[in-house]
Amino acid sequence: MSFLEYAPAPESRSILNLRKEYGLFIDGQFVEGHGKQFTTISPADESPIARIASANAQDVDLAVSAARRAYDKTWSKLSGRDRGKYLFRIARLVQERTRELAVAESLDNGKPIKESRDVDVPLVAAWFFYYAGWADKLDYAGLGPAPKPLGVAAQVIPWNFPLLMLAWKIAPALACGNTVVLKPAETTPLSALLFADILQQADLPPGVVNIITGAGDTGSALVNHAGVDKVAFTGSTAVGRAIARSTAGTGKKITLELGGKAANIVFDDAPLDQAVEGIVNGIFFNQGHVCCAGSRLLVQENIHDEVIDRLKSRLSTLRLGDPLDKNTDIGAINSREQLDRIRTLSEVGEAEGATRWSSDCAIPDKGFWFAPTIFTGVETSHRIAREEIFGPVLSVLTFRTPAEAIAKANNTPYGLSAGIWSDKGSRILGVADRLRAGVVWANTFNRFDPASPFGGYKESGYGREGGRHGLGAYLESSWGQFGKGVLTRAASEPKGSRSGTGEIAAAKKTSSRSASGQKRGSKKAVAR
Amino acid sequence: MNSHLAVPKTYKLYIGGAFPRSESGRTFEVADRKGRFLANAAKASRKDARDAVVAARAAVAGWSSATAYNRGQVLYRIAELLEGRREQFVAELRAAGGLTQSKANQEVDAAIDVWIWYAGWADKYLQVVGNGNAVSGPYFNISTPEPTGVVAIIAPQGELAAGGGLLGLASVLAPVLVSGNTAVLVANEAAPLPAISLAEVLATSDVPGGVVNILTGSAAEIAPWLASHSDVNGLDLAGAGELEWVDLQISAAETLKRVLPPETGVPAPSIERIRFFTETKTVWHTKAII
Repeated sequence: MSFLEYAPAPESRSILNLRKEYGLFIDGQFVEGHGKQFTTISPADESPIARIASANAQDVDLAVSAARRAYDKTWSKLSGRDRGKYLFRIARLVQERTRELAVAESLDNGKPIKESRDVDVPLVAAWFFYYAGWADKLDYAGLGPAPKPLGVAAQVIPWNFPLLMLAWKIAPALACGNTVVLKPAETTPLSALLFADILQQADLPPGVVNIITGAGDTGSALVNHAGVDKVAFTGSTAVGRAIARSTAGTGKKITLELGGKAANIVFDDAPLDQAVEGIVNGIFFNQGHVCCAGSRLLVQENIHDEVIDRLKSRLSTLRLGDPLDKNTDIGAINSREQLDRIRTLSEVGEAEGATRWSSDCAIPDKGFWFAPTIFTGVETSHRIAREEIFGPVLSVLTFRTPAEAIAKANNTPYGLSAGIWSDKGSRILGVADRLRAGVVWANTFNRFDPASPFGGYKESGYGREGGRHGLGAYLESSWGQFGKGVLTRAASEPKGSRSGTGEIAAAKKTSSRSASGQKRGSKKAVAR
Repeated sequence: MNSHLAVPKTYKLYIGGAFPRSESGRTFEVADRKGRFLANAAKASRKDARDAVVAARAAVAGWSSATAYNRGQVLYRIAELLEGRREQFVAELRAAGGLTQSKANQEVDAAIDVWIWYAGWADKYLQVVGNGNAVSGPYFNISTPEPTGVVAIIAPQGELAAGGGLLGLASVLAPVLVSGNTAVLVANEAAPLPAISLAEVLATSDVPGGVVNILTGSAAEIAPWLASHSDVNGLDLAGAGELEWVDLQISAAETLKRVLPPETGVPAPSIERIRFFTETKTVWHTKAII
């Protein structure tokens, strides 16, 4: 038995009391869906966990109507203080059920229990606690006096941090007085459905939060529903682009948190022990399923060999295996589809001439797994330097001068995050200034906090989540004149229950639209 | 004695600090409200729009790294020069837009005030929209706004008397420039001359070449090339209400540009117009535990 071998220490699944099947959570209760039911599985062994309902267009309509009713009748009339109290309740309930949520998350997502237990779920509670306190202080949000909520928020979240992304979306939306229809990812619906149970325990008024499950078509129906005032999406840049297109001209407020290809820049004066830990945390945390992952290591040329040796040595000690085992460092890849993508891009990396090294770890027989992998000799033109792999794969490039590091770091259409490792404060601040990225971690990486704004530059999306800035995504500033006299494309149908109020279009005029424009709606409206 | 024959001005484009004709060689006739000939303005082409984007991109590094104090003074200087050239602008507004003397004066006053209002924000908006963040751990954590980059603007269109001139230009240009963005502006198609006269002010008021680029011509023809240009980061559709602006917004989605929708009339001064074309950067740094 080597020093790396431990007896198995799996977290018990007995804390879970799962149902065989789950419906859609609409208007405060679980109802049947009208789409095709699907099974959510554990990516660690491909065993089925539960049958999940799928929402079709009709279900989406029900959910949006429920959210609209709750907004009109309950939530928009509640005081900020009371909205805050509901959020505090939710934060406490999450804390009370932390272990159960962590086990469910690791089971359904494949991430190591030590991450779901120590990172994801504690941050979920922190997020609700943070925004709870904002609910009665929105006058201080920096958006002018008495900023207004937007209405019904459509929120579509990814599979990499299922419950944490739910918290990032729901907590600020509710604090600002909006109601919500949220769709979790197809492969990771479980924790969101357990969260619905928490909402019932919190006695949140029916319809304030609706959770509907399904695949991409459900998400598309939701974001394009005419009764939705706000769309918040976290996921791929391709889908974000489609949302930006399909919502153009509708006046819906959009925030998009999309892909990334972050540079993690290591200067030769960096504290190397810490830098190596930071590199590992940057790309192998959550199997690299992190939009802000430090997937491009830019290492100063003179320390390249030493850093790579240390990295390989460190990676050789990482334990890959059962996500529920407390000693596991690297869990399962979330789905076969994602595993295929990681494999494909890794093969492309080799074909394009980069040198591949993978940790020599035992791969379980069943489930989806990928050993931690480093590519050296990567050039900026290689696909593994340009495209988001979203897996435990690090591409290593070198630089000689700070200017070269900055140029290479910014040489990407993405701009979500970046890392800098150096002992020299002035260099860190100088480089940080010139990186085109929304989050810059200096001598650390992958830190998240509800008080800290998160979001991208360029094609990594727009809007911020977290902190005071996160409120701006869910409020209409009373300082902003746009949004008042702006033109919006007429919705094809009246918004939810407000039909016939003339809310959308005070005046309409016909415009000479192109044939393709006719399909999208042939009228423009002036909303005053 | 009174035999001086007037010397009319040639109105050209403003790109990279220079005043070129359109590379296409095209011009279009600009008339006053009674249909009398005023000038042959340059009719910008797709190539001119692309040249303008190249100039704007090249100017980003210098303008965005200028100190906020400096940018504030440059914007203030624009107001100073407008004041100094008041007679010229009043005369142009009267001739081209049919404004009365007092209305034309009011328009110039309002435009000057807008430039000054935004100039003052240069070294303050960061303090208002950025902040330090109390994170749970030994980290220094601060969020600050930075300019988005190159912003394409469709200036308010229509009658000069309705703000389609100096006031409209100030109201869309100043908030984009003050944070350090550079701009490619498509002028009011119906009344483009004040935009080019403003360019003469910009060229002599310490605004570095390329920071503002002005195109005259057909907005419907030029705008799609700017909306789909991969090196444009933001799109202000303020004056695009009469264009196929939804299509412009759809084009802009390809590179996820930040898009402000059309407005009716002249956009009111607002810090939200500054904030909209900025990106929040959050920097974390470890603190030693002592």
